[in-house]
Amino acid sequence: MTATVFVPRDASSLSLGAEAVAQAIVREAAKRGDDVRVVRNGSRGLFWLEPMVEVATPTGRMAYGPVSPGDVAGLFTTGFLNGGRHPLSLGPTEQIPYLRSQERLTFARVGITDPHSVEDYESHGGWRGLRNALDRSGAEIVEAVTQSGLRGRGGAAFPAGIKWRTVLNTAPGQKYIVCNADEGDSGTFSDRMIMEGDPYVLIEGMAIAAVAVGATQGYIYLRSEYPDAERALEAAIRAAQESGFLGENILGSGKTFRLEVRRGAGAYICGEETSLLESLEGKRGMVRYKPPLPAIQGLFGKPTVINNVITFASVPIILDKGAEHYRDFGMGRSRGTLPIQLTGNIKRGGLVEKAFGITLRELLYDYGGGSATGRPIRAVQVGGPLGGYLPESQFDTPLDYEAFAAIGAMVGHGGVVVFDDTVDMAKMARFAMEFCAIESCGKCTPCRIGSTRGVEVIDRVLNKEKAQANVELLRELCDTMVNGSLCALGGLTPYPVLSALNHFPEDFGMAKTSPAEVARVS
Amino acid sequence: MSDFPATKSKPEAAAHPAIEKALAEHKTRPGALLPILHAIQDAIGYVPTDAIPHIATALNLSRAEVHGVITFYHHFRSSPPGRHVVQLCRAEACQSMGSAALAEEIKAQLGIDFHQTSANGAVSLEAVYCLGNCACSPAVMIDGQLHGRVTAQRFQQLLRTAEEAT
Repeated sequence: MTATVFVPRDASSLSLGAEAVAQAIVREAAKRGDDVRVVRNGSRGLFWLEPMVEVATPTGRMAYGPVSPGDVAGLFTTGFLNGGRHPLSLGPTEQIPYLRSQERLTFARVGITDPHSVEDYESHGGWRGLRNALDRSGAEIVEAVTQSGLRGRGGAAFPAGIKWRTVLNTAPGQKYIVCNADEGDSGTFSDRMIMEGDPYVLIEGMAIAAVAVGATQGYIYLRSEYPDAERALEAAIRAAQESGFLGENILGSGKTFRLEVRRGAGAYICGEETSLLESLEGKRGMVRYKPPLPAIQGLFGKPTVINNVITFASVPIILDKGAEHYRDFGMGRSRGTLPIQLTGNIKRGGLVEKAFGITLRELLYDYGGGSATGRPIRAVQVGGPLGGYLPESQFDTPLDYEAFAAIGAMVGHGGVVVFDDTVDMAKMARFAMEFCAIESCGKCTPCRIGSTRGVEVIDRVLNKEKAQANVELLRELCDTMVNGSLCALGGLTPYPVLSALNHFPEDFGMAKTSPAEVARVS
Repeated sequence: MSDFPATKSKPEAAAHPAIEKALAEHKTRPGALLPILHAIQDAIGYVPTDAIPHIATALNLSRAEVHGVITFYHHFRSSPPGRHVVQLCRAEACQSMGSAALAEEIKAQLGIDFHQTSANGAVSLEAVYCLGNCACSPAVMIDGQLHGRVTAQRFQQLLRTAEEAT
């Protein structure tokens, strides 16, 4: 009987040696004459256990990890092909607490299926959403997306259904579907995990959008730092075309949707949607003025649906199981689930997909197990390099767009970066300004000049040159950037800076602020 | 400015075969410039300055426009890289796991700063802002291969392995 062994092939697992483990398993099986089929799946997102190897048994999959090539012979000897016990045994994969307690809607198949196999995707519920969409009118599809409460998962949280409706209501003609896969925020990788671990769900989501609004051409704008994702997407697009899910006459419907991958070139600003469109057109990634909205005049001046990877990847399940099914998860106006990425100085870093409403504290301690170094967690940055730093006193904030906005923070793309008590928050504030200066597109003055001045002013504060006066100046500068910048890069860089200053003034050589004072200035 | 003599409207010398090939394959695609630049850099490691007039002519752009695009993006380089390209993440998640100290050690090991190539032409060191491996920080990419939980010692081994492979 053939034994099936799963070894992940996503970039993170490969970065920890998964390729050598897969090769060692093939070699060892040949040596022993065991009949083994190795499937290269996506990661389950339990990165402290990667490379995590799974074996299919009659009672479900058994997990072992973290496995190094040197462990492989021992695994064979203890009979891991039949689920046998070994010091690296993690038990049934689905029973690992970190995984068992999650609510995986968007990530339902990641780590389970072979990301290269169209058939595997289909046998695990794939393409049902697209089939349903093909039986409905554009307005009905858009209504389902609107009713689900799905908001843009790239960070801005704009209701996806409203965006789609705007494009649907434009006059017929050339329209585009663009996927923002320029996942540049530090502390995020959920887009990459989808593209490497379940690329068909993204393709299906984009195809549904195309059917809904009447678009025939789509682009995935992928950052150049993701070569593994590029290979996975290229292979998946080819296979989907050959199987009739993409290209002309999709599933015999008479509808056409062509899809291609376009590689970015290392510019953070191209994650901003209008800058991304400029880049796709072959130009410098300079931010555009809005209006006109991309939904009305987007790529090449045509109506364009532009959404993040996770947004598109959340659509198939909405069209498959219904808007209510998705909407029933979450809290307040944050409906559905969010794939949260626990990163940085954390003991159990990984991907946690949960309904909105979970608190940071639950994430950091129940899932994350505290810091990797074992020291106290001092600060957490949520929502990427433009997100605020949260001190311990705010760890009970539930993950919810509005709850985060109320404390001057943002959920963004769901990245959580953890810092222990050795962090120097003044340095982090300085870095936020430095990063903005490096990545500014240069179109507006508050961002282009303000970020450089910001670095200088923070340096003066730290050198104790008229520190108090320079702190005032820094606040004024931040005010100018927030209110005067064209896009979120200049407009949000002050958030990490001011939150660091307000919550950790002692790192700037200032007196510790009372909570009331923090509330006043933030 | 000396790179773009204003009086010449047509490129004189024949283009590098990689440039010809990139133009032939991509120039009719909508938004062709980035795919062309990627194809050239993938083939020869950088986008030579003398490619600019050829690209400009093929896409009916000015040389300044092409130059402007090349220099906007951190990814494109105008001079040949070292035999190995090391991209070290400087972003927040990696900083939380000591990437600043790692960067100093790597710079000392290689004897170069960011955006420089070692004197023997072996290694170019680049700063990047997130490789998307933030649960396995610090992250380093060597010749397009990602590595997680990198220490100075492990980096030395990884680089040696890369050098032995070429």
